[in-house]
Amino acid sequence: MKTSKQEYKGLCEGASPRSKLVKDCLWAFFVGGAICLAGECIRRMWLMSGKTLSDAAAMTSVTLVAASAFATAMGWYQKLASKAGAGTLVPITGFANAVVSPAIEFKTEGLVTGTAARMFLIAGPVLVYGLSASVVWGIVYAFLRPWL
Amino acid sequence: MKFLWAFLVGGGICVIGQLLLDLTALTPARILTSYVVAGVFLSAVGLYGPLVEFAGCGASVPLLGFGHLLAEGVRHAVDRSGFAGALWGGLGACAAGVTASLVCGLIAACFARSHDQN
Amino acid sequence: MRKKDVIFFEQPPVITHWAAIGGKKEGEGPLAEGFDQIFDDNSLGEESWEKAEQQLQEQCFSAAVSKAGISASELDLLLGGDLQNQCTATAYAASRVDVPFAGLYNACATMAEGLCIGACLAAGGFVKKEAVITSSHFCAAERQFRTPLNYGAKRAPTAQWTATASGCCILSRQGAGPRIRAVSFGRVRDLDVTDVNNMGAAMAPAAAETILSYFAASAQKPEEFDAIFTGDLGLVGSRLVKELCEKEGLAIPMHQDCGLLLFDREQQDVQAGASGAGCSASVLCAHILPGLQSGKYRRVLFLSTGALMSQISSLQGESIPGVAHLAELSAEGVQ
Repeated sequence: MKTSKQEYKGLCEGASPRSKLVKDCLWAFFVGGAICLAGECIRRMWLMSGKTLSDAAAMTSVTLVAASAFATAMGWYQKLASKAGAGTLVPITGFANAVVSPAIEFKTEGLVTGTAARMFLIAGPVLVYGLSASVVWGIVYAFLRPWL
Repeated sequence: MKFLWAFLVGGGICVIGQLLLDLTALTPARILTSYVVAGVFLSAVGLYGPLVEFAGCGASVPLLGFGHLLAEGVRHAVDRSGFAGALWGGLGACAAGVTASLVCGLIAACFARSHDQN
Repeated sequence: MRKKDVIFFEQPPVITHWAAIGGKKEGEGPLAEGFDQIFDDNSLGEESWEKAEQQLQEQCFSAAVSKAGISASELDLLLGGDLQNQCTATAYAASRVDVPFAGLYNACATMAEGLCIGACLAAGGFVKKEAVITSSHFCAAERQFRTPLNYGAKRAPTAQWTATASGCCILSRQGAGPRIRAVSFGRVRDLDVTDVNNMGAAMAPAAAETILSYFAASAQKPEEFDAIFTGDLGLVGSRLVKELCEKEGLAIPMHQDCGLLLFDREQQDVQAGASGAGCSASVLCAHILPGLQSGKYRRVLFLSTGALMSQISSLQGESIPGVAHLAELSAEGVQ
């Protein structure tokens, strides 16, 4: 064939439909915003029940995680995410979905080798890089502290 | 007012994620990872704390907030026990959310099944 | 007789019987009528998606064999494959029947690969009757190649929807039915596409190559065919294969793609169309062969296209090689 790799790249770009950017962003904005709003409401409720500021924040995360796990188990989270994209990916509910969905999916491969091992498919990298970054920050902060 | 800001800021952070998904070749796993690392960085340089003050869960619920949580945890731990705090501060701060996710995953695996998307 | 890459048969083998089995979405699609059986529950009552696909093949095989009015033990050979790791769906399905089995893997091009090999063996007199079967299952493919089914992700507009379907053909040296006049094994082509969400683009060059080499060898014109079917190029690949052929001076307005026939893209949320080893197999058995039988088509070219990468190769950043095999089908032996 006469078409070179370079030419073909151009052809591919011309033939491939693009993401509907505005529609995608509106979905992400409203769904993502709604999850955060729900989080804020939950936090106020924990505060009203007498929790301290940091405990209320932790309990908010736990509540959202539990809600997301339930929605994931029922198959609802996937349905919403197929429209909402980053709106369901970026909040902590997306992290919970990334833990719970492989746990369910790979149960057929065993509770240890399937469920437990595969839970960290996406959560693993998030924890590894998040914690590593925090350790770097901790060391930097320990050095800088005398001057702060 | 805080509720409105939570909605707007949270939605805005998600839109940035959507733009990364649609306009770059980044996969969802990479975006989540970058968000957490970016959260640690923004918190370390002192930018994220004020945003959480301002928008509440609008800033703390997205994974940037998870990074902020790690960075804050490390800062408090270093204040308390010096260099060693750099190691236990992060995991300690995010323990509730992470443990809840793992336990929920285990419980869900016992009761739920994989759903056909067709 | 061989001319360049194309093998022309003096005594063309016959596809005497065939069967297609589909899942839920296939049953809601435009070709639903042509399927022998539709399962509304894609688990087929099994406990894992892998077993469901195995069941899909078993049902399809027994439907084809019973239409042929033979028992499985009368077959000399079973050729087949699927998309699961190490082709387990076909292997387990083959373990249920007592027929010599040769497993094939060319990703989504496996059906045409099987037809090409099967036709050569039949024409050469090495087998009297044989079966060719492939399948794919959306859920089994999704959990193996992409993400868990309950994981929330938005699909790219260029992504394709793996068909939950199986197709099986019974080939014979003689008999009544559409004939395989010629076959061509494709050459692997790789034009540096790395996006696993755009397989149509990765496979289109291979399809164009096989079509071009067929017309170069056969001294026939595309106009002599009622249709040229490609396997699962989808929306993107279909556009590209036409463009690539036109660049070489071959216009193919009669081109159709199985990936665009199986589902209705307007009504069903399948992004760029269908894909999977079961896509071209089931469209062949639910639409193309019945069309040849009823006189809707007289002569067609049937190609399956395959993307030959693995999860490891794509994680390592390798580009996706494609292959396309071709069979020329004619209604001349139909009674």
